[in-house]
Amino acid sequence: MTASSSCSSSHPGLNLGAAHGQAHEDAEPVMFGFWIFLMSDLVTFAMFFAVYATSLQATAGGPGNADIVDVTSIALQTGALLVSSLLFGIATVAMKHGSAARTVILWLLASLALGLCFLGLELRDFIVAAEKGAVPMRSGYLSAFWALVGLHGLHVAVGSVMICVLCAQIAIFGFASDVKTRLLRLGLYWHFLDIIWIGIFSIVFLPGLLT
Amino acid sequence: MDHLISGRLGWDDIAIFDVFRDPTASNIVGSSAGWLVVIGGIITAALLLVRGWWQPLLFEWLTTTDHKKIGIMYIVVGLVMFARGVAEGVVMRTQYVTAFEGGYLTADHFSELFSTHGTIMIFFALMPFLIGFMNLLVPLMIGARDVAFPRLNQISLAFTVVGAMLLMISLVIGKFSTGGWTGYPPYTGVAFQPGTGPDYWIWSLGLSGIGSLLTGINFAVTIYKMRCPGMTFMRMPVFVWTALCTSILLIFALPPLTAVVIMQALDRYLDFHFFTNDLGGNMMNFANLFWMFGHPEVYILILPAFGLYSEFTAIFAGKRIYGYTSLVIATMAIAVLSFTVWLHHFFTMGQSPTINVAFGIATMLIAIPTGVKVYVWIATLWGGRIRMRTPVIYLGGFIFFFAIGGYTGILLANPTINFTVHNSQFVVAHFHNVLLPGTLFAVLAGIYVWFPKFFGFRLDERWSATTAWLFIVGFTFAFMPLYMVGLMGLPRRSPAFDDPGYIPYMIVAMGGALCLLAALCALIGTFIVSARRRDELAVPGGDPWDGRTLEWATPAPVPEWNFAFLPEVKRLDAFEVEKAQGTAYRIDREDFEDIELAPKSWIGLTIIVFGTLLGFAMVFWIWWLAVLSATVVLAHAIGLGFVRDAGEIVPADVVERTERDWIAAARQGQGTDRTLEVSPRNRGFSARIGEA
Repeated sequence: MTASSSCSSSHPGLNLGAAHGQAHEDAEPVMFGFWIFLMSDLVTFAMFFAVYATSLQATAGGPGNADIVDVTSIALQTGALLVSSLLFGIATVAMKHGSAARTVILWLLASLALGLCFLGLELRDFIVAAEKGAVPMRSGYLSAFWALVGLHGLHVAVGSVMICVLCAQIAIFGFASDVKTRLLRLGLYWHFLDIIWIGIFSIVFLPGLLT
Repeated sequence: MDHLISGRLGWDDIAIFDVFRDPTASNIVGSSAGWLVVIGGIITAALLLVRGWWQPLLFEWLTTTDHKKIGIMYIVVGLVMFARGVAEGVVMRTQYVTAFEGGYLTADHFSELFSTHGTIMIFFALMPFLIGFMNLLVPLMIGARDVAFPRLNQISLAFTVVGAMLLMISLVIGKFSTGGWTGYPPYTGVAFQPGTGPDYWIWSLGLSGIGSLLTGINFAVTIYKMRCPGMTFMRMPVFVWTALCTSILLIFALPPLTAVVIMQALDRYLDFHFFTNDLGGNMMNFANLFWMFGHPEVYILILPAFGLYSEFTAIFAGKRIYGYTSLVIATMAIAVLSFTVWLHHFFTMGQSPTINVAFGIATMLIAIPTGVKVYVWIATLWGGRIRMRTPVIYLGGFIFFFAIGGYTGILLANPTINFTVHNSQFVVAHFHNVLLPGTLFAVLAGIYVWFPKFFGFRLDERWSATTAWLFIVGFTFAFMPLYMVGLMGLPRRSPAFDDPGYIPYMIVAMGGALCLLAALCALIGTFIVSARRRDELAVPGGDPWDGRTLEWATPAPVPEWNFAFLPEVKRLDAFEVEKAQGTAYRIDREDFEDIELAPKSWIGLTIIVFGTLLGFAMVFWIWWLAVLSATVVLAHAIGLGFVRDAGEIVPADVVERTERDWIAAARQGQGTDRTLEVSPRNRGFSARIGEA
């Protein structure tokens, strides 16, 4: 047809069937649409980042950044999230190379487990912070902190639910082409959360570690 | 006050009983509006049941994923909300006539009125109108069978409806915000407005915002990926370009709104301190975030309108659009610039003069591409064989008034002048001056132009033209005086004034408002009269105006599959080219195929019902209901992934029969001469100018 379908090799990881023709063409709009969604989501995060950055001094005499950062916990969270992303990547590669559904589900569950570790650690940090009186109701700064970190945590939680849903879909339908593109989209989402986390790490936690 | 079952909802919140508790003028007006909603709802429900209309409503409309039906529903929602918005405008004008040292409405009631009026007109009238047109026209204009994600399209509409429902419910139960459509905290924070008002604002904007964002994604993908063979970017009709720019604006501008609404909700519900006065809150963050959405929003409203003007200017001038390329570049330039000017909405809020100057200049720059557009329309008319149909009346009014609105915009973009007229009626005059002739006239003219395409019959010419004149005259008298009183110093949003010098202007404006009300009635009359004469006005050929783009190359009403064969395009104005070369109305191929339509879906209805319940429950703190409705919506959404439904198949012979019948009719009759296009002889097969 036209230019739009001639570049249909843009999802080489999919392996959607012989010759890839129709399946790739079907994947084109959904993958592209999801990229656009992520772009839009990135803007949402940017707004929370911006509000955080302008609220750094707005502690109203309450706990500041240095008081709520726990180095060990942040290191562990970062590790858990990044390795989880790696495992998700392995799951999609396994799918590409024709592994059994069970294998792919196992990789996904491993990825999910690390995601849950991340959430658990984050939750613990929040509780510790609250015990120190660093609750979001305390100051504008803390509101911005909880909202930004919490929004990322909420995304991870949603992603975790979606991994469960997708494992169920793989178990029921096998690797139907729509299930495959869903897995690929969820992968994009999962890696996207890493990028946001690196932003949070650099802008929220790193300055706290340095002081 | 806080109850486990009913939250903070009590008998006192039922606003329609206010009139019995305390029959003041203000309460009579407020409660009557509420009763109108209740009685209107009951009558609608009764009609649906008695006439059996609930069946087609449920099975053909609410479950449909057809972009044309969804587009029509968007416009219907817009019209209903528009009627309410106009009514509110008239009530506010009557207040101003009596506002010398008083007025008959309470200050709170008046504040509610301008808050709902703004919210409704922007989010639930103009936006649904334009998104409706995008739905109707974009797939047809790019030669596609549907949008990229038909079910997502239904979901978008459902979220818009949820927002509109919440606004209607706020008339009957509880109160709406008194903080204007911009909802500035800390005034809309708990400390100053502990009631339900700002919560209604939060949930109606928040939930409908989801729908708008999804629309943006859907149409960006549709336009990028679904164009028919040969439809390169520079062969797309101008309206598609504007729809693309609007989609991009929706994608990037809605997230700031979502973010700011979430933060405001956190402030109100969980005692956060984003925008409060104390404990480090900073309302300037709200102003920045809100207008980072709010300014591009202005162009979300105006760009598709520009697209509509471009399309029908070419049609009714009988020649191709002048300067297509410059029009495209101007559209893109406006879309980009719209993100660089948000700060001009708060020049007076204390930032440095340097920043004000930068944003002032950025704002003025927008006049350049906009000027290009206006010149392009004038140049298209120049030397054209113009037919004075209703759309051209609107177009004339638009070009004249939009120039005035544009000049006053330049005045406002200058920070020094802005300090003088800030927060005065001058601002009200300016934005009504750009939005009414700009967007509303385009929509009304668009309804006239494309109505026959989707309903199969034209609108009555005399009624349409009368409506147009009433809107133009009403607009002139209702809003031009506001420039004067603005310069004289009357602030906006004030329920009363103490200078008798304003009174004459207010009486003139009142007359204008009544004229606009008459225009609204005439619009409804147009639909009724035309529907009665539908056989006489029928245009089964689908091309009553000698159209130029692909959507006119289909029968009217358009079959559900749009095109029997996906068209192939070789130039701009594809259908016009075909007609000129004599290749229109021909079937060169025999290979008709079965066409699969997008599957019907119930998710939209689930969202409408449970999304509205969710919003209502959150407004009144009925937590169990909120959790329940959110769970239902999420469960349905997740469940969709497990259902494998195929759409209805239209057999090849049905497609073939429809196509052949239409073409046979086209070849049989003679084309209509353009001078006779409003006579019953126009059956929708147009002859080219000079041929008939």
